[in-house]
Amino acid sequence: MLTNEEVAQTIINQFGEAVGEFDDPFDLLTFTASRDQIVPLVRFLNEHTTYQFSFLTDITAIHYPDSAGREFCVVYHLHSLTNNFRLRIKVYLAEDDIHIPTLTPLFASANWMERETFDLFGVIFDGHPDLRRILNMEEMDYHPMRKQYPLEDATREDKIDALFGR
Amino acid sequence: MVSEELDIAKKNLPAEQGPVQYVNELTTLNLGPTHPATHGIFQNVLQMDGEKIVSGEQTIGYIHRAFEKIAERRPFYQITTLTDRMNYCSSPINNMGWHMTVEKLLGVEVPKRAQYIRVIMMELARLADHLICNGILGVDTGAFTGFLYIYQERENIYEIYEEVCGARLTTNMGRIGGMERDLSPTAIRKIKELIPRFRKVLTEFENLFNRNRIFMDRVVGVGGITAERALSYGFTGPNLRAAGVDYDVRVMNPYSSYQDFEFDIPVGQSGDTYDRFMVRNEEMWQSLRILEQAINNLPEGPHFADAPQYYLPPKQEVYKNMEALIYHFKIVMGEIDAPVGEVYHAVEGGNGELGFYLISDGGRAPYRLHFRRPCFIYYQAYPEMCKGLTLSDAIVIMSSMNVIAGELDA
Repeated sequence: MLTNEEVAQTIINQFGEAVGEFDDPFDLLTFTASRDQIVPLVRFLNEHTTYQFSFLTDITAIHYPDSAGREFCVVYHLHSLTNNFRLRIKVYLAEDDIHIPTLTPLFASANWMERETFDLFGVIFDGHPDLRRILNMEEMDYHPMRKQYPLEDATREDKIDALFGR
Repeated sequence: MVSEELDIAKKNLPAEQGPVQYVNELTTLNLGPTHPATHGIFQNVLQMDGEKIVSGEQTIGYIHRAFEKIAERRPFYQITTLTDRMNYCSSPINNMGWHMTVEKLLGVEVPKRAQYIRVIMMELARLADHLICNGILGVDTGAFTGFLYIYQERENIYEIYEEVCGARLTTNMGRIGGMERDLSPTAIRKIKELIPRFRKVLTEFENLFNRNRIFMDRVVGVGGITAERALSYGFTGPNLRAAGVDYDVRVMNPYSSYQDFEFDIPVGQSGDTYDRFMVRNEEMWQSLRILEQAINNLPEGPHFADAPQYYLPPKQEVYKNMEALIYHFKIVMGEIDAPVGEVYHAVEGGNGELGFYLISDGGRAPYRLHFRRPCFIYYQAYPEMCKGLTLSDAIVIMSSMNVIAGELDA
């Protein structure tokens, strides 16, 4: 049975400064990694003989428009099926340099997950074999999940945020 | 014909050109978006060399409804209706998965009876989901009969939904903190009646298909995938288990009291269409086992958690009781105090690991909500699986993967 502390310690020993902000909300090990080290980190976890994080559960992104220099957060969920252990890696990106290396050489499933993240947030996955929009149409010229695009028609005055959700 | 006439006829023939030369040209075939065999609106652009598929490319997003964006403006309880419309063949599983995610965030402990009722509803949904998938697989291989036999049972399952929550397809079942009402005696009677009848029908269905020569010729060895490739492609659920990996969220990370029940995880070997079919069939038997255990050992007690700030009070109370009125108003207006935090919760949906990644900033709606839709992730393996096979095989593979357009696009 792996513990969060044990895995976290191994990762810190291996990657040192490149990882940080370790936390475990609802018992799910969460930490941030630097953009340069994300692929070596995932490869290390994937090829580790006891951990065997062989399953990429999910890739998605979050937009924090107010945190300067860390506007975008790409979130990876990995799962070790042999140990039944999940972890979450976050990589923060700045809006003016929204590039991150792709994980497609490691996981075939990363292909569409990254395309979806690109489509909805505009995160550019360097080295992706086919980075096109997937859910929205090709002609669309913005990335709709960013927070600056309101859900309701911006010209409507009767639907103010205070009345309808956020 | 006299010989002179024959000579004239011969003279009029064009000069001999030798055997006809065929240029090795690929045909582009658009399978979908509205093709009856795709069972949903998504497109496959196949490059065909004669009858063989050389390569394929999927176009999806035809029913993309931006649920993740909509969810960022909705109070938590209103998001349940969005989850209905993802895998609409097993809506209750989506609903319960969402409720459990929010309960995890809020720290609400649901009483045993509600957990058991949820298990019952989720297993009924799994039955309906697998029933449709396997029935339609039969239709796609040319066997309508099995589909017609079992569809009556799906109807009966939908009647139970109706009895429990009032709706049939998009169920919006349950509430954050429990179920909206207890199982009525009619519902319990209907569930108890369903189990033996379903066993009988499922046996009939299996007799029609399992060792059917025509069916086996169409599906055995078609669209196989190895366990490594399946894992790399992010397969979950019956499709992964057919490839031989016994990963089931219900067993690995039990939720809603699944640890109380005894059931097996069926696995296949080659991951081909036949294995997928058989795994789904066997899962239906296991679901019936779980159902039987749950309905016979249904614990006494309340069907909702003691969390008045999150769970709607009974309507009669709202008219008479000041506190209930306040809570009712606050919950309906979405003014609940959600803590700051991030949660990932996964349930075993009809097609595999259905995950909810919820980030709350303490507001009335999620700051960000992401659905891990199993269909979306495994459907990208489709061209690889039908490469080199014929068009009729491609239809069967798609059918056996159980791609649901609603879940694909979200």
